Amino acid sequence: MARRAAEGTDYLDTTARRALTLYLPLGAIMIFLLFPFYWMATTALKPDAELYDYKRFNPLWIVHPTLEHFRSLFTDTDFPTWWTNTMLVTVGSTFISLALSVAAAYAVERLRFRGSSYLGLSIFLAYLVPPSILFIPLATIVFQFGLFDSDWALVLTYPTFLVPFCTWLLMGYFRTIPYELEECALIDGASRLQIVWRITLPLAVPGLISAGIFAFTLSWNEFIYALTFISSSENKTVPVGAITELVNGDVYHWGGLMAAALLGSIPVVVLYSFFVEYYVSSLTGAVKE
Amino acid sequence: MTPPPQASVALPAAAGPGARRRRRTALLMQDRNVLGALFLLPAGTLLIVLLAYPLALGIWLGFTDRTVGTPGHFVWLENYLSLFSDAVFRLVVFNTLFYTIVASAIKFPLGLYLAILLNRRIRFASILRAVVLLPFVVPTVLSAVAFWWIYDSQFSIISWALVKLGLINHYIDFLGDPWNARWSVIAANVWRGVPFVAITLLAGLQTISPSLYEAAMLDGATPIQRFRYITLPLLTPIIGVVMTFSVLMTFADFQLIYSITRGGPINATHLMATLSFERAITGGKLGEGAALANLMIPFLLGAIMFSYFGLQRRGRGAG
Repeated sequence: MARRAAEGTDYLDTTARRALTLYLPLGAIMIFLLFPFYWMATTALKPDAELYDYKRFNPLWIVHPTLEHFRSLFTDTDFPTWWTNTMLVTVGSTFISLALSVAAAYAVERLRFRGSSYLGLSIFLAYLVPPSILFIPLATIVFQFGLFDSDWALVLTYPTFLVPFCTWLLMGYFRTIPYELEECALIDGASRLQIVWRITLPLAVPGLISAGIFAFTLSWNEFIYALTFISSSENKTVPVGAITELVNGDVYHWGGLMAAALLGSIPVVVLYSFFVEYYVSSLTGAVKE
Repeated sequence: MTPPPQASVALPAAAGPGARRRRRTALLMQDRNVLGALFLLPAGTLLIVLLAYPLALGIWLGFTDRTVGTPGHFVWLENYLSLFSDAVFRLVVFNTLFYTIVASAIKFPLGLYLAILLNRRIRFASILRAVVLLPFVVPTVLSAVAFWWIYDSQFSIISWALVKLGLINHYIDFLGDPWNARWSVIAANVWRGVPFVAITLLAGLQTISPSLYEAAMLDGATPIQRFRYITLPLLTPIIGVVMTFSVLMTFADFQLIYSITRGGPINATHLMATLSFERAITGGKLGEGAALANLMIPFLLGAIMFSYFGLQRRGRGAG
């Protein structure tokens, strides 16, 4: 319905005009946005001989595609370990954040106890605190807890930016669920917990998926905490491992680096492609509130 | 979630003290203040221990000379005074402002333009929209590595293409020259940020009723007038929010710089966040690094205030 919005007057355009004002600029922007991915993929698939010889080979094309860079990534580096670490940390922190956020959002939005509106606002403000001003004090706290260089440090600190976001999103989602449904259940003698578990949560599944997808990508992509709190290679996450371990001295293994970048992006891209609508709704929902 | 308690409000009257306690618990669980506090407890505890406390601790650390090995003493404003007289710090403040302002000034018009294009009748619109957002979804560090390779001094594909086209005759030193490096990281930031701006503004565009455009067209409004008097005013509230987010993310950026230049050449691309990391974690001076991070707070608050009062009020209120 909304999609028809700006199409109202489009039928008046001629084909040539459309090509010039729509497809040409759109094409140019798409090339700008997609070229780095193409370059990443071709670099990862080229043998070294081709990679560093622009005279004999056109760099935009692959003459002898090879999986050599991927093979050496798996056999010569800790990449598989980083990948597993990232997956564990991401799944763990996403589930913790979702559980905490559902309870908090329900409390603020539906229980409407004293002071809940201020809490809603402070959760939004918490969401605006960037990790780059928190990592130094958090590093000292992580150290005091004895969690330094452990993946638990990440599982516990990632919710600090995930919970405000998910709570904010779920608050908006709970608001769209008709209050009458809960009232009916209350009249039928259901307790609050039964209402949350049997009525609100099943209705909020799309909201939970949105929040979950977004939380997953945010923690998969997290960098500064993982860089600060983790020091040994076997505990690193993919982004940190790729930046710190795959670059030795001045020798850059560009093929391997690009292969790592490609493989490290795949989980979020796959998840994103399955749930685009949910992802977009959480992105825009967070902004529109 | 814990399973719902089975104690119902209507218990048999003959029940003992245990049942009475259970009944009291059941009644408490119906009280919205008690239940609200209970529901908020886990999230609240986490945010107080790992968000509010670190924020306060960071401000405190900024007044101490704590290093990685020593607990440190309270040194009043020493960290701040030494930072203000530090030429590197002043350069970094300039870099951060330049990076934020220029990148945002490019991201906003480009993002709005892309949103308007995507809002028109096009084939495969949903696929296009999904693809547009990819740079924002992919881990920043990993795409930054790709930019690092694109900007390589010997094998840059951009230089190669420009030489082939005959536009330049020697390769550009993207990351070796201060101003080239600044523009290069800004380009990478724009690449990552434009999709966010475009997709969120597109969501705002889709809420504008087409009948407004039709009415304006019947009155003879030109496309520019339609944009100026319909699109822009109706979009202002969401523009305010989107650009606040974008400015905050850019100002506090760390990943992109750390992955592409590590602040080089000669500190030309160091931002406040990356310098703070270098001083505190690489250099071990936690107090000085914390002071640097604290100096970002006024800027962040300023950006929030600006968008809240400057942009939102002119629109339809809360947006």
